[in-house]
Amino acid sequence: MLNVNEINRALARILPTVQKPGRYTGGEYNQLIKDWDATPLHTALAFPDIYDLAMSNLGMTILLDVINRQPDMLAERVFSPWIDMERALRDNAVPLYSLESKRPVADFDLLGISLPYETLYTNALNLLDLAGIPLRTADRDESYPLVIAGGHATFNPEPMAPFIDAFVIGEGEEAILEVARAVLAWKGSGEPKAALLEQLAHIHGVYVPSLFHVVYKDDGTIHSVFPAVEGIPVRVLKRVVGRLPAPPQRLLVPHIDITHNRVPIEIMRGCTRGCRFCHAGMVNRPVRERPVEEILDTMDHLLTQTGYEEVGLLSLSSSDYTHVLELIQGVNERFAGRHVNISLPSLRIESFSVELMDLLKQNSTRGGFTLAPEAATERMRGIINKPVTTEQLLTTADAIFSRGWHTIKLYFMIGHPEETLEDVQAIADLCKQVLSIGRERIGKRARVHAGVSTFVPKPHTPFQWVSADTIEMIEAKQTLLRTSLRGNGLKLTWTDPHETLLEALLSRGDRRIAEVVQRAWEMGARFDAWREHFDFQRWQTACDQTGIDLHFYIHRQRQEDEVFPWEHIDIAVKKTFLLEDYRMSKKGEVRPDCREHCYACGILPTFTQLRRENPGPVWTCPEIASRESR
Amino acid sequence: MSKTSEPTRTRYFITFTKEGALRYCGQLDLQRTFERTFRRARLPIAYSQGFHPHPKMNLGAALPLGIISRCEVADVWLEEPRPLKSIVDLLQEYAPEGLRFKTARQADPKESAIQNRILSAIYHIIWPPGDLPPDLQARIETLLDAPALERERRGKTYDLRPLIESVRMRTDPDGDPCMELHVCLQPGKTGRPDEVLRAMHLDPYQPDIIRVQFILSDDEMCA
Repeated sequence: MLNVNEINRALARILPTVQKPGRYTGGEYNQLIKDWDATPLHTALAFPDIYDLAMSNLGMTILLDVINRQPDMLAERVFSPWIDMERALRDNAVPLYSLESKRPVADFDLLGISLPYETLYTNALNLLDLAGIPLRTADRDESYPLVIAGGHATFNPEPMAPFIDAFVIGEGEEAILEVARAVLAWKGSGEPKAALLEQLAHIHGVYVPSLFHVVYKDDGTIHSVFPAVEGIPVRVLKRVVGRLPAPPQRLLVPHIDITHNRVPIEIMRGCTRGCRFCHAGMVNRPVRERPVEEILDTMDHLLTQTGYEEVGLLSLSSSDYTHVLELIQGVNERFAGRHVNISLPSLRIESFSVELMDLLKQNSTRGGFTLAPEAATERMRGIINKPVTTEQLLTTADAIFSRGWHTIKLYFMIGHPEETLEDVQAIADLCKQVLSIGRERIGKRARVHAGVSTFVPKPHTPFQWVSADTIEMIEAKQTLLRTSLRGNGLKLTWTDPHETLLEALLSRGDRRIAEVVQRAWEMGARFDAWREHFDFQRWQTACDQTGIDLHFYIHRQRQEDEVFPWEHIDIAVKKTFLLEDYRMSKKGEVRPDCREHCYACGILPTFTQLRRENPGPVWTCPEIASRESR
Repeated sequence: MSKTSEPTRTRYFITFTKEGALRYCGQLDLQRTFERTFRRARLPIAYSQGFHPHPKMNLGAALPLGIISRCEVADVWLEEPRPLKSIVDLLQEYAPEGLRFKTARQADPKESAIQNRILSAIYHIIWPPGDLPPDLQARIETLLDAPALERERRGKTYDLRPLIESVRMRTDPDGDPCMELHVCLQPGKTGRPDEVLRAMHLDPYQPDIIRVQFILSDDEMCA
């Protein structure tokens, strides 16, 4: 394998020949390169998508910072090369390298792969292959880096189980250091890899798939999943942090333009709304908020340090942040006249959101205003638990157009359980209604952009039992929208139905799906989230060759008592709670925002101690009296 | 544009190098990198008026990706005058690797923009040790003897020969042999160094290509 000098020399020849070579050079402002020989533990953090997206990922930034702050550890970045660069690397026998020191990935002790969405699975395999690392845990001995993975998709780790040595389930800020400590202690101990794996399995939140057995029933569903060794937990409980750790104090500033080219600040983690389709809303409980002062101070520090011209204040639902008004007022006071753009995504459908954006106007460009009603009829909104009335939406739209915005972007989803063509038609009708409000207010400049994605049933949600729409149903619904949403001022975007099927297959897949992932990758699948590279036929063929029935995974309605492939992963929200919520959805019953009232999802009894250690408004869950005062 | 002559607004020409990882950064990206460097250095860039204010800054002649430069020029307006030395020192302190600031001079507001005055540029082509093509002198002669050099760029054919002012062998500042290339650099009349190498049947990606000097219309050298 080539060494650092040889890699650098090869890159000088390769880089002028590929698109956007700035993706592959590293060397950004604020890049940290620690002394390799003087640092005992070497970690490569991989995001298996291109630089442009990888560098926009806050999780990556956080973990890089967490590890690099340890004096005896270093972390460097590894991303997926685009197709042209992959070819150049393979043609010149250049192994995948880290951006900082240009070392081969295989030289690191620990490789952490971020898996926020399922369509990155083939990219993750490709990344291992480009690094010259065998794909399967079973084929990697002590000479290879320990391969771990985490991120939202790994709340169902099973489709990637044979490839990953250990998963970190849940929040990684603390757990990754515990894993890294264990690797450091093991490194040079002469102990076999098996000993390390068993030790990792004892860390809270760590799942070592090779230490678990799966037994199937005759009908193909799962009978049970259980540990193969004694003493490790039967269910792996996700990790959560008691309060949001301080944001990273050092941010890289890329040379080339990336998807989110700005200072990212997480203002809140989790969401109390409980939309039934929403994976993030279920797995990220409890809701924890960052204090206003900490957000403002961080903004100030990072803007000065990086020279960025934009800040993203990030959360799953910005208007639910308790002190959002105070925050925006603070932003206005402190950053007026500094040519800083503020983005505040994920606002609720209510006039208050428009007032908030209006307050921010001096700091932001007035492009489009985005709202996510998700469904267009009140019947559907009852089913999915997004109780906003059409009247409320129209009033909000009116306020948006009145205050100077020209474009409203509306996010919808088709394919929700029990959705009919009438519900889909209502999406088109609602968009037209919003447009006519815009016309009344501002005339022909008014625009409505409908972004319509397709629902995928996700594990650990109240909809984990339901079937996904068939391709015929999806296509019929999309055709209806395309024919109804024509005309000036209207724009429609939709998701490729085959991509939806793939996501549906992978998100509720079990270990047998790993064979399909590998087979599809061998046939050339990668960048499955990129329309120009996605080819469902490969996946179809991979399923045929491995004897996997797509219908079983995608379109089968699960029994209420079915054992799921992710049954042994505990998100602390009880299965009985999810089931109750699912039954409520069938009756169109709404479960209100749990900020108002606790519905006992299971978080508090599981994390009682953590809540007690972090009292007050840091959590939105009810207080737990300390032992003394009881 | 008419409101730029507010009394304190001051115009500077700043020379800089572009090398290392930054040589793979395109013109628009370089512009953004510059703006951020000024913001980090707390040098108050002047913004244009209007609905979408943008920084008043111009970065001269774009460099093809991968080419190094030791002689780039930025044309920048600050809200208020600053000592020349502190401009260079502050920018250097907050610059990313690969961006080195050399000089700053105050420019007259009416002085025409640098990129409008560029006539031609000089490049040094430096091969890795041991890779210097042995028959380079012969190739240079063949190139210069050709009556025309038909090349294609973005689907259009053009004659490269009249865009080449001179090509010669010389010794670079480190004492190593290098090929010095002097080509036209004007709108619609740009001789690209990589194209010259291709016309000589040489691999344009093997050597380092370094822009070392601009020749400006009023005989001012900018290096």
